[in-house]
Amino acid sequence: MTILANILIVFFIAVGVLFIVVTAIGLFRLPDLYTRAHAASKSATLGVMCVLIGVFLHFWLIEGHFNARILLGILFIFITGPVGGHIMSRSSYIAGVKPWSGTTHDDLKEEIHRMKKEQGIK
Amino acid sequence: MRTNNLILQFTSKFVFFIIFFFAVHIFFAGHYTPGGGFVGGLLMSSALVLLVIAYDLKTVQMILPVNYMYMTAIGLILALGTAAFPMFVGKPFFTHFYDYFHLPLIGKTSLHTAALFDLGVFLVVVGVTMTIIQTIGEDE
Repeated sequence: MTILANILIVFFIAVGVLFIVVTAIGLFRLPDLYTRAHAASKSATLGVMCVLIGVFLHFWLIEGHFNARILLGILFIFITGPVGGHIMSRSSYIAGVKPWSGTTHDDLKEEIHRMKKEQGIK
Repeated sequence: MRTNNLILQFTSKFVFFIIFFFAVHIFFAGHYTPGGGFVGGLLMSSALVLLVIAYDLKTVQMILPVNYMYMTAIGLILALGTAAFPMFVGKPFFTHFYDYFHLPLIGKTSLHTAALFDLGVFLVVVGVTMTIIQTIGEDE
């Protein structure tokens, strides 16, 4: 039973660490802010959630201590991580950060233009 | 330029309650586990700051019509009163009392006057933090 629990814990923590490493490589390799925000907000959230699930299972199955705060932390990161990425990339688009030169499709441009015209800016 | 902040506003509505109840939990768990009045107060004020960021200072002031200066004063009075009360019954300054009570729903509970002192610290921390944020935030 302990071996099965340990296999489960090691699996979750290893997957989480792998996703965090993928995040770091993505932040290093990707060309512009938006692709980097995509890497950071998506895979880092999943990686941290996996690590937290591993920690929760360790304390529950091995130490016999049900820690509900870790579950609350998982829920919290699941909600706030992607929203943080969304807010950062949206505010940097409005601040005028240009996408990568190979980008062909830009839906937000017309919408920002329309909002600026409605509020009488420029 | 004002934009449509629907995602931020809806998320902060939901997340506010998580942080709020976690602050209450940290406050009450402070006697036996890490936590207490200071950390709980900081968490509570960070929940309020999240609402201020997502909405507006005036909107939050309308939802929660609290004067944070009075809150600081009430916290200080509570802390001083808890500390000074033993002097009137012939004990040294800052002596705390505790006993076990049988409350109707919770069962056997240990009530301690240190919790009242901690409540004072909590109110002072929330009041001071929110006063600082509001004073810096409204620069009209």
